[in-house]
Amino acid sequence: MQKNRAVLQGTHFLSGDLACAEGALAAGCEFFGGYPITPATEIAERMAKRLPEIGGVYLQMEDEIASIAAVIGASFAGKKAMTATSGPGFSLMQENIGLAVMTEAPLVIVNIMRGGPSTGQPTMPSQQDVMQARWGSHGDYEIIALAPSSVQEMFDLTIESFNLAETYRVPVMLLADATIGHMWERVKIPPQEEIPLSWRKKPEVAPAKYKPFKPDENLVPPMACFGEGYRFHATGLTHNEEGAPATVSSEAQDRLVRRLCNKIRRNTKEIMKIEEIMLDDAEIVVLAYGITSRAALSAVRMVRKEGIKAGLLRLVTIWPFPTELVTQIAKKSRAIVVPEMNCGQLVREVERAAKTTPVLLLSKLGEEPHRPSEISSALRKAIK
Amino acid sequence: MRTEIRIAGFGGQGIIRSGLILSMAACIYGDKNAVQTQSYGPESRGGSCKSEVVIADEEIDFPLVDEPDVVVIMSQEAYHTYINTAKENASILVDSEMVTERADPPNTKIFNVPATKTAKELGKAIIANVVMLGALVSLTNLVTFEAMKEAILRNIPKGTENLNMKAFEKGYDFGKKLLKKKNVPAN
Repeated sequence: MQKNRAVLQGTHFLSGDLACAEGALAAGCEFFGGYPITPATEIAERMAKRLPEIGGVYLQMEDEIASIAAVIGASFAGKKAMTATSGPGFSLMQENIGLAVMTEAPLVIVNIMRGGPSTGQPTMPSQQDVMQARWGSHGDYEIIALAPSSVQEMFDLTIESFNLAETYRVPVMLLADATIGHMWERVKIPPQEEIPLSWRKKPEVAPAKYKPFKPDENLVPPMACFGEGYRFHATGLTHNEEGAPATVSSEAQDRLVRRLCNKIRRNTKEIMKIEEIMLDDAEIVVLAYGITSRAALSAVRMVRKEGIKAGLLRLVTIWPFPTELVTQIAKKSRAIVVPEMNCGQLVREVERAAKTTPVLLLSKLGEEPHRPSEISSALRKAIK
Repeated sequence: MRTEIRIAGFGGQGIIRSGLILSMAACIYGDKNAVQTQSYGPESRGGSCKSEVVIADEEIDFPLVDEPDVVVIMSQEAYHTYINTAKENASILVDSEMVTERADPPNTKIFNVPATKTAKELGKAIIANVVMLGALVSLTNLVTFEAMKEAILRNIPKGTENLNMKAFEKGYDFGKKLLKKKNVPAN
């Protein structure tokens, strides 16, 4: 197969979905396993066209259960791999997301959130899968989730998702919504050599000494891939450092599951990406993520002109949740306003972190994300 | 300055493509920032459909349309839904063949553009959106003639350039004449 240019150059006018696909290619993704679903179909469509151009593989599976399984397989085989879906498909993937967590397969799952539950509103935006991303599979675990707020970030954060997946050997979720997926904006793509890329750590020991689940200091084990001469055994069962099932050992269960959680929890500061806007003297804070953070920024600017000291804490990383940071900010604030396109999900984390500071949920469902005027009037009310 | 444009009709009329062409004209072939968003149902044809564009000199925080300065209406249903959502003094372009039941609001500038009729005369009803884009250039100061032309050419299938350019120019000329007749400046 002919190797064409993997990374687009220069300035483009792209939709969020297309920018995500191009970001994946720029990140070095060579495998997409998926099943088309509105509003994420354009990602699959673009990957189906682009991957063969660069010698990669696009595999359309029979459903989302098989899709994520194929992605895990490609990841074991050493490829950067991804899938893209929306609510109903994301639900089907949950069991195997647990398998990816348990076997520490680096991969990226893009969820262009639409209105749920069930098939809901296929073409309409939501932020209803925020908790599912965190808790959707059974058992105790941690994942990483990022929330882009622009088409540029659909490109940038897709790359970031791959980097985090490779660094921490964990499924990373890019949680966008139908508005951003289908929104068109200008995207500036830096030269390929200026895009920093991470790759999974490789074992530095001889094959005979390699233990596929023996962690390094940062709690992440180096990963040998199939075909590299190492013995690599992976199972969804609780396993020891060799990768062999350890189904009745309390010690193995405690050690493995705690490490799977701690490799993310203890690295929260390194993983966490946030934007603090006009927070220095803020008496009232909007905490927002994804598309709603743009209305929030307009609202903050609006009420600042009226003399209200408002600020915006935008979460780019929503999982792991930056609890300590929110606690610190809450201490200095009179109230925190949380606009969400759901019935109140991330707001619970905010309440937990804010302790005694009042937290006000602005919940919205349906076609339109929050308008700046809705957030600004909430800010005016909250400051009174 | 921030300008908000709403284009509405039904699926299959090229509503979303029109918004895309307009925003590309503004931010790729022009020197503005632009964002296009879209909203439609699960049907691929016939369902109601709208495309929104924000054009601004500054960075665009909020990417959606709140109160449009310019509205383009291509169907009767879109007319009923959106005719009263525009800002005062907004320019409203109505496809006069597609919209027959009318109750035009006061304090707006209504322009009747026979886009579908003109497109049919050119041989293809589906290029009504391009006629409308032509009229949009002469009736508003959103983008230049050249920028819109480049953006259209970038977005159409090969072999349809002549037809599309004819439709574009017809719409543009019609808009010019309309302004003269009404004796109002483009805004």
